[in-house]
Amino acid sequence: MSSTNTSHSATHHTSTIGAIGAPSRRNTELALLAFAVVIPVFAYANVGLAINDSVPPGLLSYGLGLGLLAGVGHLVVRKFAPYADPLMLPLATLLNGLGLVVIWRLDQSEKLQASRTFVEAAPRQLMYSALGVAFFVAVIIFLKDHRVLQRYTYISMAGALLLLVLPLVPGLGKNVFGARIWIQIPGLGTIQPGEFAKIVLAVFFAGYLMVKRDALALASRRFMGLYLPRGRDLGPIIVVWAISILILVFETDLGTSLLFFGMFVIMLYVATERTSWIVFGLLMSAAGAVGVASFETHVQQRVQAWLDPMNEFKLSRQGVLGHTEQSMQALWAFGSGGTLGTGLGQGNSDLIGFAANSDFILATFGEELGLAGVMAILLLYGLIIERGVRTALAARDPFGKLLAIGLSGAFGLQVFVVAGGVMGLIPLTGMTLPFVAYGGSSVIANWALIGILLRISDTARRPAPAPAANPDAEMTQVVRPS
Amino acid sequence: MSELTLTVMRLGFLAVLWLFVIVAVQVIRSDLFGTRVTQRGSRREAGRQQQAAARQAPPQQRQQPAGGRRGRNAPTKLVVTEGTLTGTTVALQGQTITLGRAHDSTIVLDDDYASSRHARIYPDRDGQWIVEDLGSTNGTYLDRNRLTTPTPIALGAPIRIGKTVIELRK
Repeated sequence: MSSTNTSHSATHHTSTIGAIGAPSRRNTELALLAFAVVIPVFAYANVGLAINDSVPPGLLSYGLGLGLLAGVGHLVVRKFAPYADPLMLPLATLLNGLGLVVIWRLDQSEKLQASRTFVEAAPRQLMYSALGVAFFVAVIIFLKDHRVLQRYTYISMAGALLLLVLPLVPGLGKNVFGARIWIQIPGLGTIQPGEFAKIVLAVFFAGYLMVKRDALALASRRFMGLYLPRGRDLGPIIVVWAISILILVFETDLGTSLLFFGMFVIMLYVATERTSWIVFGLLMSAAGAVGVASFETHVQQRVQAWLDPMNEFKLSRQGVLGHTEQSMQALWAFGSGGTLGTGLGQGNSDLIGFAANSDFILATFGEELGLAGVMAILLLYGLIIERGVRTALAARDPFGKLLAIGLSGAFGLQVFVVAGGVMGLIPLTGMTLPFVAYGGSSVIANWALIGILLRISDTARRPAPAPAANPDAEMTQVVRPS
Repeated sequence: MSELTLTVMRLGFLAVLWLFVIVAVQVIRSDLFGTRVTQRGSRREAGRQQQAAARQAPPQQRQQPAGGRRGRNAPTKLVVTEGTLTGTTVALQGQTITLGRAHDSTIVLDDDYASSRHARIYPDRDGQWIVEDLGSTNGTYLDRNRLTTPTPIALGAPIRIGKTVIELRK
């Protein structure tokens, strides 16, 4: 691997070809990482000055802590995945750091502190972030080549189904405010297995579609400009659809259901290049959601709150059970933020109350950083997704392509579902904004997701892939033009 | 804390946040416009490096004198033009490129007509790129001719393996 180092010090290797080629861009990553650590520290100081008129006492340790996490991540990438994408790690670090600051800011709110269930969330979130980076590091070190995941295609399917079913197991599953997507592990707290299922399921879909895509793409009839698949080829999409409907019915979680079905449709589309799958997917998910909403009261409530948040707010104020003022409060938060925001620590988004630092954290960004800040945050997510898609384009093996598309698609869908829910574009669902929202499972799973994407991009961008050991390489006779 | 300070910090923070976004976009600018990735290293040597790149000398013969007969026409990348991997490119840097269904191939073909170790493409001692069929079942075709021996590849000549077509480009 001498070419790895020569790209950094090309001074005395001008005649070697190893010095040429795709630069590893690790130094770019380091510079951006430093930037990505400084911004949250700035935000932290800003919150402290706004709320307590003083720089928060933990500023140095917080900055060092975030810097340490980023530094460890960077060194591991430099050593084990030198050609990985230079942007993903800084972007994830920045989002994680900003999330920590806003969670800490909500910890300072007196209204939230008065609540019965109040716990200091920021120190825990810092611990979860450290765990997340540990997972990230473990993925980079132990997953030498993403192609080995292909061997576990059907094991992943079983694993993903198990993870999805776990919250329904009596005694293990836990119903939190209407959604059964948590499991309770004594001594460890609660885990959201769906966050991890997202990754495992992407591995299964990628492995499965890679093998089956020809049958799904080629055997079809053309009808009104659309390729209609044969009836029996509809099998897989119907099975995944049925499972996502079952999730919706039994776990009453629209977000998880939408995420899995959406991810499958995206990967199916990329694998087969058939627009008809998107049309089918949209029709099926719309039919499923409407069908379930017709009899599931929890889903109905969410739809009502989405269609008329003001009415929901009034009912909640009148003390009618089962209604919440959160949706309306979140919309007001966005509105009072305006274009440039009220400034960090100077908003009233703590009025949202419960889940202000998890499901509704984007509302705090909206109020305190304004439209400009929310746009920047969404662009940061967009850049992560773009890098994921770019990785898929650069990947040289179909499995890596599909896996990268699936993971970045799932990431993008999750951001859409949460941001859309909080902003009132779609009914609200209890999902977490990746990296930013308070929640251990989400932070850990998303760091692992970034780790896998970086591994794929390292393989894809590596300039000189090690040639396969070829037993008859020496015996080959070369016909040379002379 | 005075109102002024907080306002300055508020606007300053937004500016810094956007600066980060802009810097990040700058980093990927090369992707967006499809330009070639610029070489690293000191500027002084950029010219010499490009010369070396144009020559496409494999590592074993790094001392080869400049001004070879192919100098300009040496291919720098391998492009997949048909098949499921269409659009994929691999930079040619003197390494052997293997094609096949095996997971450790440089280009992993997802094709029922490809063998697990189907073909390989490598530079000979003069830097001429050679394609060799590795005893595949369905054969490798260069310009419609089935390969029987390792054969030099001309720029832009289609190499067909099953449904996949690749070619070398400058």
